[in-house]
Amino acid sequence: MTEARNRWEAVIGLETHVQLKTNSKIFTNASTTFGDDPNTHIDPVVCGLPGTLPVMNQTVLEYAVKAAMALNLKIAKHSKFDRKQYFYPDLPKNYQISQYDEPIAEEGWIEVEVAEKGKTTYLKKIGIERLHMEEDAGKLVHAGSDRLAGSTHSLVDYNRAGVALAEIVSKPDIRTGREAAEYASEIRRIMRYLEVSDGNMQEGSLRCDVNISVRQGPNAPFGTKVEIKNMNSFSAIQKACEYEIKRQINAYETNQSIVQETRLWDESKQLTKSMRSKEGASDYRYFPDPDLGPIEISDEQRELWRSELPELPCQKRHRYSEDLGLSQYDARVLTDEKSMADYFDAVIAEGTDPKIAANWITGDIAAYVNSNHLNYEKIPLKPIQLSEMIELIQSGKISGKIAKEILPELLKKGGSATALVEKRGLGMISDPEEIEKIILGILHSNPNEVEAFKAGKKKLQGFFIGQLMKATNGKADPKLANKILNEKLSS
Amino acid sequence: MTKITPQDVKKVASLARLDLQDGEIDAYTDQLEKILRYVAHLQEIDTENIPATTRAVEVTNVTRDDIAQLSPLKDKLLELSPHSEGRFFRVPKILSD
Repeated sequence: MTEARNRWEAVIGLETHVQLKTNSKIFTNASTTFGDDPNTHIDPVVCGLPGTLPVMNQTVLEYAVKAAMALNLKIAKHSKFDRKQYFYPDLPKNYQISQYDEPIAEEGWIEVEVAEKGKTTYLKKIGIERLHMEEDAGKLVHAGSDRLAGSTHSLVDYNRAGVALAEIVSKPDIRTGREAAEYASEIRRIMRYLEVSDGNMQEGSLRCDVNISVRQGPNAPFGTKVEIKNMNSFSAIQKACEYEIKRQINAYETNQSIVQETRLWDESKQLTKSMRSKEGASDYRYFPDPDLGPIEISDEQRELWRSELPELPCQKRHRYSEDLGLSQYDARVLTDEKSMADYFDAVIAEGTDPKIAANWITGDIAAYVNSNHLNYEKIPLKPIQLSEMIELIQSGKISGKIAKEILPELLKKGGSATALVEKRGLGMISDPEEIEKIILGILHSNPNEVEAFKAGKKKLQGFFIGQLMKATNGKADPKLANKILNEKLSS
Repeated sequence: MTKITPQDVKKVASLARLDLQDGEIDAYTDQLEKILRYVAHLQEIDTENIPATTRAVEVTNVTRDDIAQLSPLKDKLLELSPHSEGRFFRVPKILSD
């Protein structure tokens, strides 16, 4: 029995709502701008007044199809919109225009790299059931109390109502909280690479709901599933799943049952709590929206959009680790944000060694960009200029130490590293005669050490080099200096 | 054809947020039954080899360009609502989801 209990496994699926970054809403010209005064971006279509006609935004269609292609989904030849009926004040029409049985795309997958501290990183393919287009709802503020319970009335802002969403439904292929978080962050990364969404979880432009159950082993039937909402970070997704897995296993092991319900993640208390129980499926009475014609994507249109897709994060990770020989870790860090990967690509396009470029970019440059909240596209140090600095180190004109010294100014002002080195007189001394002259001077002023060295105290080599570096402000070419020093000491 | 029952009418009324009285339930059960029986004549047609149609007009991909505009009616819409507070629409207490 105990053995069987140890074989509990979780079955997790994610529903991700991605707000598409268009100028106007999905079915009308009202703006999608976030953060303006309440109800600034409303019009008769948003409010669902009688006699209005919704018209599909062409860019929403383009973004949805591109997102679907990046998730390896099959694009439907024929697709339509349906009305999903329910009453709630955030939904002005009492129905949401969505897609029910003919979504724009079905049957896809993404590859996720699952990395966790102290554990082996592995790749996992996670299936995607479908992607469909729909409109977002408005926002409610409950008055008279900070919660719905106890409020005397509610205030409604429809600025968000009608903003285009792509809903992405995964297959129940996810097994751990970490996998769920990695899946969600890969979806966000892909959407940002495509530039179809900003994926901002705090502002709600990327929202994830988790469906989760546990069962005893991979062949057992699915257990009762619970839906979790209200997670606004990837770490919250991971923690909510981990909490829920423990709660469900514990319930089964103490002979309690799990009810099918929606639970909310409470970030401050780090637990999930029951919101409402779902007895049977809700009755949304879907039917085709008579206001909107069907969507048919021609082969030509589909292939044109496919040709516009950028290199995706997973393709970049493979290229960096397999073709360029970077570590899995560096490949992951460099590809997290497209702007960083683009910067790196631009540097190596100048012929710079990928590993050296990766070290500088993931090290000093990333630290500067992150601590100053900058964007790689906007930092003054252009990729070609970083490439020039690395070239100076490799050709022996400056040391790595000097490079670190000039980097802050280059990052702030940009410009040529060669010119800066010259201006500040930081170039490496690689003239043998000059180095010889300085070495002779040092040997002359330290006769005791020279005696000791010659008597066998070879450790003093370091002392002489130290003196030399002090005398030249670290600018002497170390290889050349060692060679000359050895010659002088053995003569 | 399945018969419409008072239970069906109660369910539909509750989904549509219609507050029906007992006497009305029987009346609507009877009326709905008649309407459905009338429409059921369509079921006599053989549709075996006819593909499903969701629309009568053959138009696809009616789309518009992605241009944002401020609606001249945004303030009027707020004025039209029964209750508002500042720039918000105000709705009664929400009882449950």
